[in-house]
Order: sequence, then C-alpha cells, then structure tokens
Amino acid sequence: MIRFVAALGRAVLAALASVGRLALFTADTLSHLVRPPFYPREFGLALLQIGYFSLPVVGLTAFFTGGALALQIYSGGARFSAEAVVPQIVAIGMVRELGPVLVGLMIAARVTSSIAAEIATMKVTEQIDALVTLSTNPMKYLTLPRVLAATLVMPLLVAVGDIIGIYGGYLVGTYRLGFNPATYLQNTVDFLQLLDILSSLAKGAVFGFIAALMGCYFGMASERGAMGVGRATKGAVVAAAVLILAANFILTEAFFSA
Amino acid sequence: MIVLEQVHKAFGPNRVLQGVDLSVQRGQSLVVIGGSGTGKSVLIKCILGLVTPDAGRITVDGQDVLRAPRDAFLARFGMLFQGGALFDSLPVWQNVAFRLLRGTLARPRDEAMAIAVEKLRRVGLSADVAQRYPGELSGGMQKRVGLARAIAADPQIIFFDEPTTGLDPIMAGVINDLIREIVTEMGATAVTITHDMTSARAIADRVAMLHGGVVRWQGPVAELDTCGDPYVTQFIHGRAEGPIATLR
Repeated sequence: MIRFVAALGRAVLAALASVGRLALFTADTLSHLVRPPFYPREFGLALLQIGYFSLPVVGLTAFFTGGALALQIYSGGARFSAEAVVPQIVAIGMVRELGPVLVGLMIAARVTSSIAAEIATMKVTEQIDALVTLSTNPMKYLTLPRVLAATLVMPLLVAVGDIIGIYGGYLVGTYRLGFNPATYLQNTVDFLQLLDILSSLAKGAVFGFIAALMGCYFGMASERGAMGVGRATKGAVVAAAVLILAANFILTEAFFSA
Repeated sequence: MIVLEQVHKAFGPNRVLQGVDLSVQRGQSLVVIGGSGTGKSVLIKCILGLVTPDAGRITVDGQDVLRAPRDAFLARFGMLFQGGALFDSLPVWQNVAFRLLRGTLARPRDEAMAIAVEKLRRVGLSADVAQRYPGELSGGMQKRVGLARAIAADPQIIFFDEPTTGLDPIMAGVINDLIREIVTEMGATAVTITHDMTSARAIADRVAMLHGGVVRWQGPVAELDTCGDPYVTQFIHGRAEGPIATLR
C-alpha cells in the first residue's frame, strides 16, 4: 500500500514539475515579445512555413469534411424529415467546431512535428549551443518567431478551412442532394452569426499557439540521439493534439454556454 | 586570462568535474586531453556559461562568467564544435557571418558577406563554397567552415572541441596546421579539447590532462613525454595496461 502511495506521489510530483516547466517555458517565450532584438526574417519564414505551405492540407481536409458532413446531416435529418437544414448545420458545424479543430489537428500533425524534429535535431547536433555562443538567444531566434507566426496565421487558415468546408458541403448539397444553389448559400449566410465566426478565429489563434509552443518545448527538451528526437516529436504531437481538444472544449464552453 | 577554481559539476549521480583548477594565460594555446566521458566538453561549456557549475568559480580577465553581461561576454569567444554545428537552413556564407548579420556586431549584408568569403579563403575554401549549403559539403569542408565561423568576428578566445574527430589523417593535419596558424596570427587565447595526441602536439603550448574529475597533470607540451605521470604516460601511448581502467 505504501509503495502504491509513493508511486502515486512520484507520478503527481513529476506531472506538476512538467506543468511548471511548461509554464516557465511559456512565460520565457512571451517575455521576448517585448525584449529586442527581434528576428523578422525568421518570423517571415515561419509565416510561410506554417501558413502558406499548410494551405493544401487544410483545404483538402476541410473540403472532404464539409462534403461528408452534408451527406451525414442529409441522411440523419431524413429520419425526422429535417433534410432541409443541411446548409445551416454544415455552416455552424464547420465554423464553430470542425473547421478550427480539424485545422488545429492537421497543423499539430504537420507543423508541430516538423518544429519539434527540427529543434530537437538542432539540439542533438549542438546547433542550439552554437546559437548561444554566437550571442543569439534560441528562445528569441527559434521559439518566439514560430509561436508568434502560428498564433497569427492560424485564424487565417481556419477562415480558409471554414470557407472551403462550407463550399464542400455546398457542392455535395447542390450536385448530389439536389439543393437549389442560391437558396443553399442564402441559408448559410443568414444562419451564421458574428459570434460563430469570431469564436472560430479565436480558437484558431489559441490552437496555433498551442501547436507551435508544444513543438518548440518538446524540441528544446529533447534528449540525445535519434531516439531522443523521435520521442520529442511524438510527445509534441500528442501533447498538442490533446491540448487543442481540451482547449476547444473550454473555449466552446466560454463562447456558447447558455 | 581564464581561471577555473574548484569547479564541480554533476549530472545526477555522475560527478563529472570534482574540483577542477586550471588557468590559461592570454595568448596561450592550452590543449585539454583525457579519455571519453571525462568532462572535457563540460569544462568548455562551463567556461562559456552553457552549463552552470554546481560549485567553484570561473573568471575571464577577472570577470565572473555567470555574472558578465551575456552578449558582450560571448562576443569575445569563438567556438568550433565537434560536429561543426552548422545551421543546415543557411548557406555557408551566412553560417560564417552569422554573428555579423545580427546583434551588437551586425554589419551591412555586403560587408558581412565579404568578411565571410575572406574567412573562408583563410581556411582554404574558395568563394564558390559560400553559396552552398552545409549538407552539400564533406566532413573536412564542414570543419573548415566551422573554423571560419569561429574566427569570423576576430574573437579574443577560441575553443576547439575535438577539431580532428572523424577526419582522415591528412585532413586532420591540415586542420591542426590551420588552427595553429590562426591562433598565432590572431594572438588569440585558445583552448582545445581532444584525445588525438598528434593534434595536441601540433596545437598546444601547454597541455592539461583531465581524469577522475580533476586536472591530473598540466605543463608545457615539451614536457608531455617526460612528465613521469603514469596516467599521462598511459594515455599518450594509448596503452591498455596502466592506472586508467579500461573495459575489455
């Protein structure tokens, strides 16, 4: 019994220590927002890598999800003669929930893994130490540009995802399910409210922050060797995905609780 | 002048440094020898402030390394890393001129590039290498680029971490000669860590042997063969028999 309690205690202490380390890392990252020097070139490259080059995967994910959602709502709605609500439910489903969450998860898969692997490799090949000896703070040069770029560009990616997802639903609705195109669009526009769109963009910013921060944190904390890089990458993606889903619940509660 | 007084550093139960006392005079080239895992790299990282010692004091020209303003302090140093530690995403010239493109030593881009090309020439690389990426270079060329980066901002103190590891004997000889020439020509203080005795003899004014977490012996390179210390003798002759325990 004592052994069990001791093991439990060690696990709790280890978890609290991890939370503490992450909190300090986050505070350190944010503190560089107001402390020069800044690295605009690194920020620009991060915007390009995280934003522009993620557009294809975001677009495809949203398009197929929007189409599938329209089919599901149509067949599900048919059980109680509510087929007509397809445009409204696709719009609200994509904008409030599926757009930001799916884009967040795709970014976690594409960007978090890439950041974690890159920084972890830099660490094991002493490139991080080299940065320090060259009078360059790795938090300023590597972490802040990526976190800032992801936070700013993710709302745009989510907006693109929302629009393409709704378009996917529109194509399925009009060509496959026989909806009138003009009525479909009118119903979509009429049903969406400003809060739906704002919540979607806010979720995008939070998810982007989480995705980049996890990549940087696990990369910087990587252990030596190929196994260390692999472990850092896996840990970053899992942590980012779980935190994005948890944050999604909290934000949904905050925006839409009655 | 670099002075280490009773420097201790442990990683968990592994006590790597257990009271290192060492000093390096200005303009001197010190080579630290010792087996793998004896803390040679940790020693250099402690001097640079990359690793914080558990106890003891390290000063550079009387200034405590942990209290010195970081940017100004680090601007005095250059370092050649064991694996080169070149930034894969940047072309060679930007690696060499990294310090000259940002921070307190920043210069116009054209000027920084001209300096980088000149430093590359100094280490025997032609100007066309400047636009290539580190991944396109051989191990020997990467070492040279690392060396060019280490001297790019004309530092007062240069560290060389295993400069000849992984190189063939001829290339190792070329790098040794380059290091010796550059250190002499710049009048810089140099600390090299290696277990390559050819390298040690080519580069050193003085040699210190690190073993068991302390400096086991130190003295002029000319006395290395006649010092009579059984640890040093075993190490420099690469003998399996002797006071240094080996795994068989």
